[in-house]
Amino acid sequence: MGAIQAPSLSLAALSPLLFVFGAAAIGVLVEAFAPRHVRHPVQVALALAGMVGGFAATLLIAGTETVTAGGALAIDGAGLFLQATITGLGALSILLFAERGLDPARSSFVAAAAVPAGSPRDRELLTSERVQTEVYPLASFAVGGMMLFATANDLLVMFIALEVLSLPLYLMSGLARRRRLLSQEAAVKYFLLGAFASAFFLYGLALVYGATGTIRLSEIRAAVTEDGTGTLLVLGLGLLVVGLMFKASVAPFHTWTPDVYQGAPTPVTAFMASCTKVAAFGAILRLLYVAFGTADWTWRPLVYGIAIVSMVVGAVLGLTQTDVKRMLAYSSIAHAGFLLTGVIGLGGGTGSGLAATLFYLLAYGLTTLGAFAVVTLVRDGDGEATHLSQWAGLARRSPLTAAIMAFLLLALAGIPLTSGFTGKFAVFRAAIEVGAWPLAVVALVTSAIAAFFYLRLLVLMYFSEPAVDGPTVGVPGLPTTVVLAVTVAATLVLGVVPGSVLDLAESAATLVG
Amino acid sequence: MSDYPWLLTMIVVPAVGGAVVAALPKGRDALAKQVTLGVSALVFVLAVLATVAFDTGGDRFQLVTSVSWIPAFGVDFALGVDGIALVMLLLVGFLVPVVVVASWRDTAPAGRTMQAYFAWLLVLEAFMVGVFAATDVFLFYVFFEAMLVPMYFIIGSYGGPRRQYAAVKFFLYSLLGGLVMLASVIGLFVVSESQLGAGTFAFDALRQLEIDPGVQKLLFLGFFIAFAIKAPLVPFHTWLPDSGAEAPIGGSVLLVAVLDKVGTFGFLRYCLPLFPDAARAFAPAVLVLAVLGIGYAALLAMGQSDLKRLVSYTSIAHFGFIALGIFAFTTEAGTGAVLYMVNHGIATGALFLVVGMLIARGGSRQISDYGGVAAKAPVLAGVLLVAGLASLALPGTGSFVSEFLVLIGSFPAIPVVTVLATVGIVLAALYVLLMVQRTMFGPARGLVAEKPSAFADLGRRELAVVAPLIALIIGLGVYPQPLLDLIDPAVAATMVDVGSDPAGSTPVQEPVTAEQGAN
Repeated sequence: MGAIQAPSLSLAALSPLLFVFGAAAIGVLVEAFAPRHVRHPVQVALALAGMVGGFAATLLIAGTETVTAGGALAIDGAGLFLQATITGLGALSILLFAERGLDPARSSFVAAAAVPAGSPRDRELLTSERVQTEVYPLASFAVGGMMLFATANDLLVMFIALEVLSLPLYLMSGLARRRRLLSQEAAVKYFLLGAFASAFFLYGLALVYGATGTIRLSEIRAAVTEDGTGTLLVLGLGLLVVGLMFKASVAPFHTWTPDVYQGAPTPVTAFMASCTKVAAFGAILRLLYVAFGTADWTWRPLVYGIAIVSMVVGAVLGLTQTDVKRMLAYSSIAHAGFLLTGVIGLGGGTGSGLAATLFYLLAYGLTTLGAFAVVTLVRDGDGEATHLSQWAGLARRSPLTAAIMAFLLLALAGIPLTSGFTGKFAVFRAAIEVGAWPLAVVALVTSAIAAFFYLRLLVLMYFSEPAVDGPTVGVPGLPTTVVLAVTVAATLVLGVVPGSVLDLAESAATLVG
Repeated sequence: MSDYPWLLTMIVVPAVGGAVVAALPKGRDALAKQVTLGVSALVFVLAVLATVAFDTGGDRFQLVTSVSWIPAFGVDFALGVDGIALVMLLLVGFLVPVVVVASWRDTAPAGRTMQAYFAWLLVLEAFMVGVFAATDVFLFYVFFEAMLVPMYFIIGSYGGPRRQYAAVKFFLYSLLGGLVMLASVIGLFVVSESQLGAGTFAFDALRQLEIDPGVQKLLFLGFFIAFAIKAPLVPFHTWLPDSGAEAPIGGSVLLVAVLDKVGTFGFLRYCLPLFPDAARAFAPAVLVLAVLGIGYAALLAMGQSDLKRLVSYTSIAHFGFIALGIFAFTTEAGTGAVLYMVNHGIATGALFLVVGMLIARGGSRQISDYGGVAAKAPVLAGVLLVAGLASLALPGTGSFVSEFLVLIGSFPAIPVVTVLATVGIVLAALYVLLMVQRTMFGPARGLVAEKPSAFADLGRRELAVVAPLIALIIGLGVYPQPLLDLIDPAVAATMVDVGSDPAGSTPVQEPVTAEQGAN
């Protein structure tokens, strides 16, 4: 060992984070100093550069396994895989944000979010082509927070990351250009409930610290192994889990999800549904296996139960939805349940569940991002046409759009030859391997139930007569086209030849602490 | 010649053909039809060539192609056929061109094109070939589920008035069964992982596992439910009358003649060899369901007022016979069941097609709308009669040979059940003959009286559709030996797997150790 005692800060290991946070910080300066007319292209380029740089950095340092920044960050296979997934999905989301061809006012974001909904100024804004660009640095900060969240090696860093990722999301939810009231309501609701969840997490952190005297995940593990689990620790763990499950929109902590998904601007919804989910599950895996892996009997029944509740709630309530975005929100709740079967499938930390969950997160993130991208295309005079009845006969109006949506829906339903099937197979296999086959059976039955609402949209698009005054399908500009092409291609490739990505996930499936 | 990847070609050709048809410029329906017919005829030729290359006295699985597909899950893209799968491939290859010619004059509903219909048909053919040719359980599952998608669009886009309901019901029933099976597929993989070290889906390796009887029962049930829904066996049958009735005629034919056979094929290929103890344990229950199905579906068939629903119910009754033959565990009955799968495909296919021709003339599916058609269209009436007689297994038709084999093969093993099933034959005579008599004979009634000019006799195209079917019905009734030669060794091997054949119930142990040594 060398003699240098300064807090070890491996810049190489931190480089993905530095790229994204750097882009975010410069973005704030651009917002303040660059002239208005160049801001949009500059911000988009900057945010994309941050994401792509971060993505490339994760690839370059792949294979690193280190604990750095004074033990606060664990850069390991799983962490890097998740960071790469988050930056990749983040870059695609930025492309969706940057789409200017769909909304007649040239952006899906409002120029001045603070104007009261319905006021004369608000009505002016509806048609004004003024574009505000603060959403890009906000998104960069959120992505940075997510990357931190997935690699946090101590509870305090995890909490800070939670806040860094959440605060921009609260704001971004309120930025919809159309249906301002719904958007503002979504933002407030997300903020209030998110603040509750943060408080739960913080309280849990305090209890765990009280019980073990440390906030470092590996030291908590040692303390648990040595002293066993007392009431204080179990309570703390429970509260931490509540905080994390809230972010992952797992039922019964899901109540914000449909409202926020519906109210937020659709590109932001796409961003939340894909990236936030990945980050939250990264943190869940790390907390449960690095810190509490030796005490799995304390949380296993809890997670088992939550998984079942989430799958059932997502699938059953999804049946009753009449809005595409809400339907996809319930779908995301059901998928969170499926993901938890992968978490259970980690067994004592050696099962194939980690690789399976990583793969599932990537596959689900891409598919759901694509599905929301399609939602941005179907529009009427009042913005996006998200009511299910408005999608009737869409295949007649725009066969290609309908075909893309149909394919993505089949993937979400888990039909073979799509990534959704490969992912489901992987997580259910992991669960059955550790003997959790009742959970797998529930998951399969709920998959069948959930398939019904995906099918319902298929039926509407393909077999129903189009309404006379139905919506039009916008012609996507280059950014949205790229997003659709990438997500559809990935969904197909991960379904037909998933071998190499599965191997990658397998080799990345290590957690250090 | 046997090294050529026949099976892979038989999947690739229709898949590529489907893509080509879909990619043709809009409005080229005529070209789309010609391409589809050409491609499906080519697949039939390939099937025949594959049969020629198949050595009836050779290995159990032949024409094998295998490449690694998803190493992380131990999945291979492994194809190969035994005699059972091969005759099913012949059936697929034969029926698809027939269906294409039968659908030649169909018109698509507003806003849809026949071009898409034919494209889906070819995609479906690729998946149907795949499902019978797969020797990797995972690959089989993939084809099994993927098959739903083209059929879903065929029913939902081109079907009758309640097509949406029928399509969704079809999809959900099959998907539910498929997902239950998925649990068992994964379970099987996990068992293979613990016994062989590395997990595998290869049929031959899985067949040699020694699975704990309790686990076997659970895994068996997963597969069984999926296949029972697919077959369909009463009480899992309620989707079939809706789908059979609402699908366009071509879709109905393939649904009943081929897709449903995947269920009975699955019993033979997967349920029996992989879970022999469980299969024996559950056999009495399955036999009861089979006999109940024969009687129940026959009674319901008699009560139908809708022609296509009636034909669907007759199929359900026949599936009872097939299941009976399979779960009697004798080589004779099993061979009869497989032969029945082929003959039923041809006979019911013919019945559906002729009924479709009648419906195309009258525009109604109600039996009561027809009467005295024979006076206007004697050939149509004659063909319907022949198809009907084949369906009720009259001696001289192919179905008779197979039904007879099933019954005499089952009688020594399970006499009571067999006797009860025989009652089904009498009922079959009733529902078929009543239907033929009401629609074809007597004075002109209903639509026939209202618009007699619509009821012209069969045209040349229609004759070209039914002629090969009728020829096969009679040909296989008189000389089934070539098919039996193909089927018999495969069924005998299956019966050895299930341990019911006293000649070969013991030597299961050794290959397992050999396999482990190889690993």
